[in-house]
Amino acid sequence: MVTLQDLKRISDYEWEIPQSFRPDMRVPVRLFATRRMLEDVANDKSLEQAVNASTLPGLVGHVIVMPDMHQGYGFPIGGVAATRLPDGVISPGGIGYDINCGVRLLGSQISVDAAHPHLDDLATALNQFCPSGVGEKGVVRLTEAELEAVCRQGSRWALRQGFASEADLRRTEESGCVEGADPSKVSKRARERGRPQLGSLGAGNHFIEIDLVERVFDSQAASVMGLEQGTLAVQIHCGSRGFGHQICTDYVEEFQEAVRRFGIHLVDRELVCAPLSSLEGKNYLAAMRCAANYAFANRQILANSARKAFEQVLAGKVKDWHLHQIYDICHNMGKIETHVIDGERMQVCVHRKGATRAFGPGAPELPDEYKAIGQPVLVPGSMGTASWVLVGTSGSMEQSFGSTCHGAGRLMSRHEAKRNVRGEKLRQDLEAEGIHIRAGSMAGLAEEAPQAYKDVDQVVEAVVGGGIARKVARLRPLAVIKG
Amino acid sequence: MQPVFGFRENAHTADWELEVWAPDLATLLEQAARGMYSLSGMQLVAGESQERSIALHAVDAESLLVRFLTELLWVEQEEKLGFDGFAITVEDQCDLRAELRGSTIASLDKEIKAVTYHNLAVQTTPQGLRVNIVFDV
Repeated sequence: MVTLQDLKRISDYEWEIPQSFRPDMRVPVRLFATRRMLEDVANDKSLEQAVNASTLPGLVGHVIVMPDMHQGYGFPIGGVAATRLPDGVISPGGIGYDINCGVRLLGSQISVDAAHPHLDDLATALNQFCPSGVGEKGVVRLTEAELEAVCRQGSRWALRQGFASEADLRRTEESGCVEGADPSKVSKRARERGRPQLGSLGAGNHFIEIDLVERVFDSQAASVMGLEQGTLAVQIHCGSRGFGHQICTDYVEEFQEAVRRFGIHLVDRELVCAPLSSLEGKNYLAAMRCAANYAFANRQILANSARKAFEQVLAGKVKDWHLHQIYDICHNMGKIETHVIDGERMQVCVHRKGATRAFGPGAPELPDEYKAIGQPVLVPGSMGTASWVLVGTSGSMEQSFGSTCHGAGRLMSRHEAKRNVRGEKLRQDLEAEGIHIRAGSMAGLAEEAPQAYKDVDQVVEAVVGGGIARKVARLRPLAVIKG
Repeated sequence: MQPVFGFRENAHTADWELEVWAPDLATLLEQAARGMYSLSGMQLVAGESQERSIALHAVDAESLLVRFLTELLWVEQEEKLGFDGFAITVEDQCDLRAELRGSTIASLDKEIKAVTYHNLAVQTTPQGLRVNIVFDV
């Protein structure tokens, strides 16, 4: 068990578990958090899981853990780990079952005053246009050939079908399509699950939220993004649905045998992995990219549905009801990137599980308009609390493989949340605060109660203090749609 | 005194952890299935009866457990079927045959994304077998 006494303080916002802590660690663990936040996670298994992740073959630099860390399975949520090509490993459990779970932020010119009389109708319309809930089917039913096209093209497929604009794609991580996806590496079961679900939100912690841009901290960056104080914005949080879940399940199972063949010793079977240069590693990467592209297309279609909902409610009532894309980011991904580690420039596979890519100014991967300010980073809070728009920094490139936090991070178990919070009472409380709620399940709503999460403002203070992100704007929720 | 078989939910920050105990592996698998259905709040349509047979092979008891529950999740999500009657036999901890009886799902509170291998170990105790299973939700 890792205790606070085992941590070496680097700064008020940066701590280290040295490699000497356990003999099987291959790299140290670097934590971005305040001491108070570390005290909060001392009771769950986040730190132990980070140490376990540090035993994977081929790791370079540090295993990084973000301040929104909490216990997961295999890797902690909020974990980032990079393995060197060609012989470092890729771990499906280090990316997660909801491959390319992520967030999209849409901005608008709609003032909160003009929208205020229509917020309840907007919440209802979003709930009607964007299918959500357990096992819910999507807006689009795909044929086998269309599913393959989605796998290969991601948001480009959505563009061809009229669900997207060129600007949407430009302002999406990887332009909404990771190259190297190969549908032949995806199982029949995953395909069957994927075909009916495109354009659906799902359940759990996924949501669509209408926000008010409450305060702008960096007017230049906000202006470039098209974020204006006092206007509405929309967040969409979801991933690759059953398609991604099944792909991860299939490869975690297949890799149980592969690790024996490769002689890889594991402290936790959820950390199964295979060398990136192996057939197994290549096959998983190609299948994972299919799920990543499916998720990009999924959020794109939901964004299109959100635009339709806004048009239905606001056309003729406000001057401009259009929702423009600010950015779309991934939370759960394995990506081949080039980073400078210990002075050496190298290609690595960056595993981000509950962490966001946060490339700094000048990164060639960014669209031209964002090259000067850095990559937008979207940090959703919990229902009833703030969300943040940040940008990546040169510090994130140097210290955290161009990564930062992904949300508030859970504090309370789902079991405890359900015991302490009544869904209906929570809904009433949030409505009393002026937040319109649409939820498929009151039990599900209770599990996602704001008190079950950390203070997102403190999480943001920690990444800003640690130098791995910069504040742009703070958002406040006005309406929340949950499955 | 604790019953000879059963399940209960343990606290887990992000996901769901189910503790399951039973005198033998076949009963452990049945209790794990019942526990998984209970966690997701599954209600079945009354007065209907559907049957399914499942045969699985795995390298060890843990893999058999994950494969069995994953199979049930597949049937739940694709066929909208759940089960409340189980006749399970296991040979050499690796080969399972299950005759399942159940019906269409009337309602489901929560979606389980996957059954994980996280710290999964079927442990032998003086009372039989015990395992903690973490589900991604």
